[in-house]
Amino acid sequence: MEILLASGIGVLIACGVFLMLRSRSFDVVLGLTLMSYGVNLFLFSVGRIGGAAPIISDGVVRYTDPLPQALTLTAIVIGFAMTALLLAVALADYVAERTDHVDGQRGEQRSAAQGRGEAE
Amino acid sequence: MPDDLIAFFVALPFAAAALAGSVRSRRLAAMITGLTAFTVLLGALALAPAVFGGEVLRWQIAWLDAPSIAFGFRIDGLAWLFIALIGGIGMLVVLYASYYLDASEPAPRFYAMLAGFMGAMLGVVTADNLLLLVIFWELTSLSSFLLIGFWRHRQDARQGARMALAITGAGGLCLFAGVMLIGHIVGSFALDDVLAARDLLQAHPAFPAALGLVLLGAFTKSAQFPFHFWLPHAMAAPTPVSAYLHSATMVKAGVFLLARLYPALAGNEMWFWIVSTAGMATLLLGSAVAIFQHDVKGLLAYSTISHLGLITLLLGLDSPLAAVAAVFHIMNHATFKASLFMAAGIVDHECGTRDMRRINGLWRFMPVTATLAMTAAAAMAGVPLLNGFISKEMFFAETLFVEGHRLLEFLTPAAATLAGAFAIAYSLRFAHDVFFNGEPEDLPRTPHEPPLWMRVPVALLVALCLVVGLAPDLAVGRILNVAAGPLLPQGLPDYDLAIWHGFNLPLAMSVLAMVVGAVLYFSLQRLFRLHQRLMQAHGKRAFDTVLSRFGRFADEVSRFRNGSLQRYVALLLAVILVAGATPFLVGPYRLGTLAPAWPDPFELTLWAIGVGAAVGTVVAHRARSTALVFVGAVGVVVALTFEHLSAPDLMLTQLLVEVVTIVLMMLALHHLPQWSRPDPRPVRMPRLVRDVALAVAAGGGAALLAFAVLTRAPAGHFPRESLADFFLTRAVPEGGGTNAVNVILVDFRGFDTFGEVTVLAIAALTIVALLRHLHPPPASVTHPEAADPVRHPLLLRVVARTLLPMAWVVALFLFLRGHNLPGGGFIAGLVYAIGLVTLYLAFGRQHVEARLSSDWQGWLGWGLLIAAATGAGAMVLGYPFLTSTFGHPVLPLIGELPLASAALFDLGVFAVVVGGSLAAIVALGRLRAVGDGSVPVRGEH
Repeated sequence: MEILLASGIGVLIACGVFLMLRSRSFDVVLGLTLMSYGVNLFLFSVGRIGGAAPIISDGVVRYTDPLPQALTLTAIVIGFAMTALLLAVALADYVAERTDHVDGQRGEQRSAAQGRGEAE
Repeated sequence: MPDDLIAFFVALPFAAAALAGSVRSRRLAAMITGLTAFTVLLGALALAPAVFGGEVLRWQIAWLDAPSIAFGFRIDGLAWLFIALIGGIGMLVVLYASYYLDASEPAPRFYAMLAGFMGAMLGVVTADNLLLLVIFWELTSLSSFLLIGFWRHRQDARQGARMALAITGAGGLCLFAGVMLIGHIVGSFALDDVLAARDLLQAHPAFPAALGLVLLGAFTKSAQFPFHFWLPHAMAAPTPVSAYLHSATMVKAGVFLLARLYPALAGNEMWFWIVSTAGMATLLLGSAVAIFQHDVKGLLAYSTISHLGLITLLLGLDSPLAAVAAVFHIMNHATFKASLFMAAGIVDHECGTRDMRRINGLWRFMPVTATLAMTAAAAMAGVPLLNGFISKEMFFAETLFVEGHRLLEFLTPAAATLAGAFAIAYSLRFAHDVFFNGEPEDLPRTPHEPPLWMRVPVALLVALCLVVGLAPDLAVGRILNVAAGPLLPQGLPDYDLAIWHGFNLPLAMSVLAMVVGAVLYFSLQRLFRLHQRLMQAHGKRAFDTVLSRFGRFADEVSRFRNGSLQRYVALLLAVILVAGATPFLVGPYRLGTLAPAWPDPFELTLWAIGVGAAVGTVVAHRARSTALVFVGAVGVVVALTFEHLSAPDLMLTQLLVEVVTIVLMMLALHHLPQWSRPDPRPVRMPRLVRDVALAVAAGGGAALLAFAVLTRAPAGHFPRESLADFFLTRAVPEGGGTNAVNVILVDFRGFDTFGEVTVLAIAALTIVALLRHLHPPPASVTHPEAADPVRHPLLLRVVARTLLPMAWVVALFLFLRGHNLPGGGFIAGLVYAIGLVTLYLAFGRQHVEARLSSDWQGWLGWGLLIAAATGAGAMVLGYPFLTSTFGHPVLPLIGELPLASAALFDLGVFAVVVGGSLAAIVALGRLRAVGDGSVPVRGEH
């Protein structure tokens, strides 16, 4: 399971990073979402795996570490807040710049100019 | 209680600053600041019996569980002397300033800054640990920057202020580093501990570095060579500011620091050589350059530099008597220099210029001011019967005791006598040039005596100079004893404060200095036409060069900046990758040794779906709705992973957040393009290669890091308790709940949670503010249903109607059991929020808001208030913030109800989560496109 968890985290981070490097704001939001999945799983895995759920009960010898779980729980909620805020910023930027390029009109024009330059 | 007075001392001026800054009337603002200074002086008098009885007064609050950085103040004799100076001279300066400032100037701002500066200075002298001292030290730099640059329309004022800030601010950073080192060596920042740790400190190999850094701080502040050049440029300040900053306060902070740490840092070769050399160089340079100034204030500025050098030199000589003389000269210099600056201000005020080549013969116009100013100048020169004479005699006597090389034994007194002669010369120039020496030359105004109340502060200070000069022992003998005491914990040396010590060598030196000085001045004036020479210390040019170099360097560094977010993100990732990989490549970090468990089919399936969906998101990212479906799938897999790995709370949170997030994204997508347009340019191979390489490296690194962690046994086994055990064993007895995760959230780490819900609230409010007046362009796709906002799917409406009460019940259930079983405020909040969101989706906003209270921002406020009040409740009962209590009352029908006060805190969390989710979603959902019916088209072009 350790191998699957670690490689899964890796795939999520890789996909997230790739999308974060795209030029459209919505793609960046998607990328950040994937990346926060990976980061949350990683945060959680710092507590190691294989114990029982940290609900104190008789007869249980080994619990999983509750502290990373508490931290991850708030990280998930904060991640939601961040995604929502980013969406709002992306929308406001789209309205102001009339393009969803992450650098606004300037980015749109620059890449257009570069595209022409290369076509010639 | 005198002990509570101590905190009051420092708090009062800051309160006065806020008050004085907010009133309109200049007279009222002056009253506020003046009364504050007067109160500080009175407070000092009130504390006098205790301090003079040898007590060290303390006031402390422990804000962190670390006594060495407690927030507190401490008043001993040395601090007391400075408090009296700051309050007394501050009061006179305010009185003087109220006549000095023009009616057109923003006086309230001036007095507010002055009061703020006073508070910072009081903080420096009373701070009971070094970190606090550094903070107030920086505050004095900042507030003096504002004061020096008070006339902000003048370029010289702005430049002078900036230079003072750059030099003293850089010195402050050095001091901070030095203090960190001292704290590291001693193991405490508390002043008492540091002062008691002399031997430990001085034996430590890092001591030279610590000493050097602290001295850099003190020297920059006290304008010691080679950092002296900022002080003359600070003369662009209004004269009351100069009178305050350069007599009793700002520049004295440096010598105060030397005196404060004298018991801990002095008494070694390094201290002796560095401090005495810097002091001697400053003394000679300052006094020599002062002779060649045309500007009255310039002369006083260089004279200030030389007197600070004298004090530094005395401290550097490292003998008990010299230390006493240093403290004595701090007092004397404060009195005569403040009065001289004020007199210079009167001259400036009356003549409209400060140029001594034009101001001459003022004796006829203002005899009273002239008498006062010349008496003060005589004190500055060290003429007998005035206070400056006595401390100068002590200084001369001490230079004779310097031991070591023969050359040194001769040179030190010789240099001291020479500096004394220079002091006579520039004091003579001040007195003779301004008040005699012919007639004034085309002054802008005709001078006459200033208003009485402008002279009173000068007169009071000059009277002090005289009293101390005539009867030193009677006037200040006890004060000096008490103030110098903290420097010499082994006990004060025997000394005799008297005017007449018989015919001895120091007296001969004084007489020699006077004769040489007088001859020097008059011959310079006659032979070399002093008026045509101007000497400046050329620090400014070097300073400007260094500054412009820094500017150019910054330009070079920022050249890579081209406004492309993609480039920045790539660069950031590359740096993170290097930083993350380094410990593994060059350090001892390796993969762990535990053998990983083999996966079972369920895990393999989960993994395959998750990885497939993540890759699917990337492949389909241009078709955004499709990509969203994939993202949702990934989220569900993550939730199931949490469940499978024994984290039920995380599973619930993840699943619910997933729902809300997807709804939010769908809403946003309605207004954004449905399709990610590729860049107009063909995606170039190098960029694609770069992005893929970065992604693979980041993913691979994260996977390896996670694997390295997972194959390593958790740290902290016996004998040290691990954090996990700490929480697991205390959850039930101390938190009253069996769900350790929830107990951590609402109890043990409740303050973290409080911070996090605050962030959530801020994010939600920001979203509301961002979207409030936003009108996106018409949606890129139109669904037939979307055209008719009233039509909503029937099935959804039927389900939604019954869903809300169910959501209520489930949320209540999850909330109540949260302390013992998976659930709690976060999860219950999300459940209820989803019920509400479904209602909104099914019936539309108008329908819901007509039937439900929908002030979601109000929920945010109430939630935060409940959470904070719960925490504060514990404080009212005398426990730290957010301490929780619990009980198990038995209710009829329901049975035993585990009830913890933390549940109330969790209620706050619940409200913030509901309010935050709903506020964000409603803000997005209510967006109306331009020309979309309900919204009028405004300002469209």
